[in-house]
Amino acid sequence: MSLYLSIAIIALIFAVIFQIAKASEYVSILKGEEASRKQSNKINGYLMIVFLVLGFVGVYVCNEHLYGKTLLAQGASSVQGERVDQMLWITLIITGIVFVITQILLFVFAYKYQESDNRKAFFFAHSTKLELIWTAIPAITLTVLVIFGLRNWFFFTGEPPKNAMVVEVTGKQFGWIFRYPGHDGIFGKKYYKNIDPATNSVGIIWDDKYAQDDILTEQTMYVVKGQPVKLIIGSRDVVHDVGMPHFRLKMDAVPGIPTTMWFTPKYTTKEMREKTGNPNFTYEISCDQMCGNGHYSMKGVIEVVDQEEYDLWLAKQKPQYYTAFPDKDPAAKTAVVADSTATAKK
Amino acid sequence: MSHEAVLHGHDSHGHDDHGHHDTFLSKYVFSMDHKMIAKQFLITGMVWAVLGGLMSVLFRLQLGYPEASFPWLESILGKWAKGGQITPEAYYALVTTHGTVLVFFVLTAGLSGTFSNFLIPLQIGARDMASPFMNMLSYWFFFTASVIMLASMFVETGPFSGGWTAYPPLSALGDASPGSKTGMDLWITSMGLFVVSSLLGGLNYIATILNMRTKGMSMTRLPLTIWAFFFTAVLGVLSFPVLLSGVILLIFDRNFGTSFYLSDIFVNGVGALSNEGGSAILYQHLFWFLGHPEVYIILLPAMGMVSEIMSVNSRKPIFGYMAMLGSMFAIAALAFLVWAHHMFVTGLNPFLGSIFVLLTLLIAVPSAIKVFNWLTTLWRGNIRFTPAMLFAIGFVSLFISGGLTGIWLGNAALDIHLHDTYFVIAHFHIVMGVASMFGMFAGVYHWFPKMYGRYMNNSIAYIHFWVTMAGAYMIFWPMHYEGLAGMPRRYFDYSIWESFKQFAELNRFISIVAMIVFATQLLFLINFFYSIFKGRKVTTTNPWSANTLEWTTPINPGHGNWPGEIPEVHRWAYDYGKDGQDFITQTTPVGADESHSH
Repeated sequence: MSLYLSIAIIALIFAVIFQIAKASEYVSILKGEEASRKQSNKINGYLMIVFLVLGFVGVYVCNEHLYGKTLLAQGASSVQGERVDQMLWITLIITGIVFVITQILLFVFAYKYQESDNRKAFFFAHSTKLELIWTAIPAITLTVLVIFGLRNWFFFTGEPPKNAMVVEVTGKQFGWIFRYPGHDGIFGKKYYKNIDPATNSVGIIWDDKYAQDDILTEQTMYVVKGQPVKLIIGSRDVVHDVGMPHFRLKMDAVPGIPTTMWFTPKYTTKEMREKTGNPNFTYEISCDQMCGNGHYSMKGVIEVVDQEEYDLWLAKQKPQYYTAFPDKDPAAKTAVVADSTATAKK
Repeated sequence: MSHEAVLHGHDSHGHDDHGHHDTFLSKYVFSMDHKMIAKQFLITGMVWAVLGGLMSVLFRLQLGYPEASFPWLESILGKWAKGGQITPEAYYALVTTHGTVLVFFVLTAGLSGTFSNFLIPLQIGARDMASPFMNMLSYWFFFTASVIMLASMFVETGPFSGGWTAYPPLSALGDASPGSKTGMDLWITSMGLFVVSSLLGGLNYIATILNMRTKGMSMTRLPLTIWAFFFTAVLGVLSFPVLLSGVILLIFDRNFGTSFYLSDIFVNGVGALSNEGGSAILYQHLFWFLGHPEVYIILLPAMGMVSEIMSVNSRKPIFGYMAMLGSMFAIAALAFLVWAHHMFVTGLNPFLGSIFVLLTLLIAVPSAIKVFNWLTTLWRGNIRFTPAMLFAIGFVSLFISGGLTGIWLGNAALDIHLHDTYFVIAHFHIVMGVASMFGMFAGVYHWFPKMYGRYMNNSIAYIHFWVTMAGAYMIFWPMHYEGLAGMPRRYFDYSIWESFKQFAELNRFISIVAMIVFATQLLFLINFFYSIFKGRKVTTTNPWSANTLEWTTPINPGHGNWPGEIPEVHRWAYDYGKDGQDFITQTTPVGADESHSH
């Protein structure tokens, strides 16, 4: 009902605008087309200035409302993120200045040089000097931005420090799988044809000697505050992307081609909850590459904890090998305790 | 063919359709007159713009009101809106088709197809295109592509829904997404035909511009519109074949068991696939090798028309003709060297990435030159705010706003945060989507009198401009903030995300403005179609007091454009306000005491 009503209202508004517009055409013929053309030229000239002023007011209001919701206001949670934010500010200031100057010039010129009987247009076809100036200035400014940018880029994409912990991230429709290398610190080999969604979600080759202590978890990744983390990223099916807005980083997960990314978290999840005043604050991993109909729900969580808590958590994890082959689990015989942790984990 | 016989009869004997009789079919349907073909492109483009816009209204409805239910939606969309709410399948199909259609069918075919066709022969002084027959084929390939794309929306498994970039493996595996089944086959077929269409068109434009200019029309006397169409055509001819090869490999992967793009894949519910050794990233390189020039294929025609319209309505020469030309050339050349800036986060070699950062930010230099030259063109002019001029000024404003955020995204160290967020949506909609659309509107308003011998209604046009201008900023400006909060694009619903659900209210605001702006475009359409039949009649051959050749033709030029000989050209197109004269047309010989100019 409301649909038909709104369609009717829109049609009515259209009809009214249309009739007025037609009428104004007839009026202009009566009044003399030249005179009415000049009048509407004036109106549009004033609207240029109105638009400029209201536009800047709009930008201000928009900023008042929304700045607090951006991550810039919250601050970055990783060493990399702080560098990104610093660059964002530099770029924002430079482009902001250009934006304000050029928009003002555009609309002020349009207003000021609107048609007038008293003025003749100034024949000004070119000026090499001016053109050189506005070739050189952008070129120099951009060089500065490129230098800043590339220094950070090589830092982000460079090798992580030696003490980095390593986590393997695998995307699938529609969720995340994390693998920790276990005590030996080395991942077992994997082959995608070994994948079994129930027991071996990334296709670990169990015969590999490094494989049997590998730990698999889903959806939540634990990392330690202050310790660099290197992610080895892959995908099981289509292209996904590990998006970590709070750390200001992201990297595609491509089937068949592993990618890497590293970051150093600066605040634990708990600290961020206090810092933001939001008791539900979570470091979320968003999938940032279209991956199918469940794309919007492909959420992962990063728990940043301190070393102590991490060790406690790690101690509770059971190598995947024992989930795949319960009969080989030494803990299975000592029953009660291990069983309860296993069910708790599920 | 009688057409060609007449066309090639050329200058000496006049041309008034004496040699043959046009039937309805040969005049309006299988026409070989470049002006009619231009109108066909324009109106087909408009149909797609309405459909594409309507799709955006539907998915904005979901984004603005994720919890609401609209029973009428179910009655229109059936199973795609069960219970009155759009399903994720339908949402992604809408987003994908919106992107594909707007980029290729509206802003490529609708923009370049219309105005290259219409203006090239008229402004260079030719009777028609080099090959009118190929030109006709170009339209009909586009039309067929359109029909197939439309048909894809009615197949059981739905149209393709993996994003307009169609990255494999998602686009290659029907088991990964229902839209990648029949819908994707039709999408590929449609795109293939579209590439053929744009190649036929592009080759024709290039051949015509290089070979068929009238006497005296040297390359540097060409209006900037023609230069823009020329660069556009060159970009298209060199880059579209790469897309074609990319999607042909995709057809092989989909149907014949090859592994160009596929490797190490395990699909839920199906199991491990046998494909090994392919690279999903290879497709992205092939796609963006077209995809980035495509951005300039969309932008350059708008830039050319804006330059022309600004000069005419400021009553001043375009400032720095050669610099404008040079910057267009620079943009066109750099367009081929920046494609991987869409791929900074694919795991690209960081050194390679750094080269692409450098080349990408380099594009800002010619872009800045263009902006400053437009500003200087306005400076000390005597500006007439025709609707076309308003849209041209709007174009410059949007090009500045959207261009500057390109400097953010082109810098890999920032892209690593902003990639695939709403910041990108805001950036490319402003700089490429809305800005080029403004170029198109400017072109339609400016050349409508030449197309139909009538004027469009100015009052409606003014409302159209101001609402669209304000609306475009209100829709896309706040999206920058969503992007700065890391909010990813292509999400059906944000309510489960702690980081993004705070924008629910803003999303509703954007959706409401989007619907208002869409409704305003209908006003434009009414104005357009009404004016074709009932608009105020044009009574003079040169209503805008412009210098270019199209205004030397009769008010309603027949096939062949000039009834008598094609006029000779004696000067460039921008002698406005020279030596105290308001304008001096290109056909006016240079006077003995005239001050030296171009």
